Amino acid sequence: MSVPRYWREIPYRIRLEAKKCKLCNYVNYPPRSKCLKCGSTEFEKYILPKRGKLLSFSIIRNPPIGFDKKTPYVIGLVELEDGTRLITQITDIDINELKIGMEVEQVFRKITEDGDSGIIQYGVKFRPKNM
Amino acid sequence: MILRRVAVISYGMTKVDKHWNKSLRSLFGEAALNAINKVKNPKIDAIIVGNMCASDLSDQNNIGAIVADELGLTPITAYRVEAACGSGGAALLTGFSLVSSGVYNVVMVGGVEKLTDNIGKMTSFSLGKAADAEYELFYGATFASLNALLMNRYMYVYKTPREAFADFAVLMHKNGAKNPYAQLPFEINREIALNSEYIADPIRLYDCAPIGDGAAVIILCSLEEASKYTDSFVEIIGISGASDTINIASRDDLLSLKATVTAANNAYKMAKVTPKDIDVAEIHDTFTITAAISLEDLGFCERGKFDKFLYEGAFEPGGIVAINPSGGLKSRGHPVGATGVYQAAEITMQLLGEAGKMQIPNAEIGLTHNMGGVGSSVYVSIMKRVK
Ligand SMILES: [Zn+2]
Repeated sequence: MSVPRYWREIPYRIRLEAKKCKLCNYVNYPPRSKCLKCGSTEFEKYILPKRGKLLSFSIIRNPPIGFDKKTPYVIGLVELEDGTRLITQITDIDINELKIGMEVEQVFRKITEDGDSGIIQYGVKFRPKNM
Repeated sequence: MILRRVAVISYGMTKVDKHWNKSLRSLFGEAALNAINKVKNPKIDAIIVGNMCASDLSDQNNIGAIVADELGLTPITAYRVEAACGSGGAALLTGFSLVSSGVYNVVMVGGVEKLTDNIGKMTSFSLGKAADAEYELFYGATFASLNALLMNRYMYVYKTPREAFADFAVLMHKNGAKNPYAQLPFEINREIALNSEYIADPIRLYDCAPIGDGAAVIILCSLEEASKYTDSFVEIIGISGASDTINIASRDDLLSLKATVTAANNAYKMAKVTPKDIDVAEIHDTFTITAAISLEDLGFCERGKFDKFLYEGAFEPGGIVAINPSGGLKSRGHPVGATGVYQAAEITMQLLGEAGKMQIPNAEIGLTHNMGGVGSSVYVSIMKRVK
């Protein structure tokens, strides 16, 4: 991944910045030019909550390029405390302990690296709460 | 507004397979000649071709020029449309619009995909691009795993037994075993499906469409002129496309793919029919969970009750609607950018009574349902037998 591409996503992917609609309060994440719910273009900056619950998960055994070293790993769909949802990795867990509905919290981790000379990509993962 | 009614006057396909000895252009050529040779001297004005992966896997863009060149049809206009696995359906909507509007009289709509010209990892990587690169793939999600999230949630909410998904795959293989164009023309049983290897839990190998190459072509013209070219043709009486957020996390309801609901409702309305009027449908079952949700979204079964309807025989010949007599993506195969055109060719074949062992008796109205991404680009068409 190119450095500019990685760099420009930092506010959204690492600080989890979203755009909250000033008209209808819907949290647009990823941020959009117009609100998904009402079409408004008036937003305020908003940081997503750090905790949520697991709506669904899947275990990756055939990883894509760049993720070969860590299999098996878990992809989760998390609903945060304010109702915003995101796709993420679930980490620090035995795959047999995974349960839909379980509470999870945000941690900062390495996601992948682009081979010998590529950039190391960081981002947010989620782990079981109160670990 | 529809200015002119549109007919499908011909169709052609290659078998879906790992065609090691055939190229992108030769596959398209084979399907196109099959279609051209069925009708009397059609003067083709344009080619619209669906394709997803050629830039990644065959180092080739500008697919329209390639296929016009292959067929000796230059200088007519020819270009690719891309909507991931929905590229074929998108090509059909474009071709329909060109004929309906009167811009062109005879349009070839095709789809071609060559997935086996690269290594497996690259093929998965290319197919994965149907999902959101920045907010899904970045985290190591695969295309199968995103669908697995829906399947896990579906089973959690509706308490659907895992076996029901396996049994849908069994039905698809039973159908596909009769299809000379199918990539996997053999029957399987529940145990084989349930014990196949995990791809992304809970999705196993037999929940997935296979990787294969293929090309399909149909030829469209205005309904009034159709009898100039052939004695038997069908009419496209309804057609629509719809989109949804590319990231599945941005959706309120995980168990309905809203773009299917929208595209289907628009197509039903345009055709002035209801789901009950459909005799035969080719739906987009990339994964067994995609089939379950799509059957509900198309109005063929109640939400959350796909297993109940399946076991009542609703989706078999003679049931509520015959689903995927071709074997669907599961057994016929899924040459991604061509799949939507295969569906259109298969429904045309059914309505003309030319489907051989796959034939659904007296099929009069048929539907195609083609999807790109996890329901982010959907195309539905409805066709009717003319005579
Ligand atoms: Zn709003």
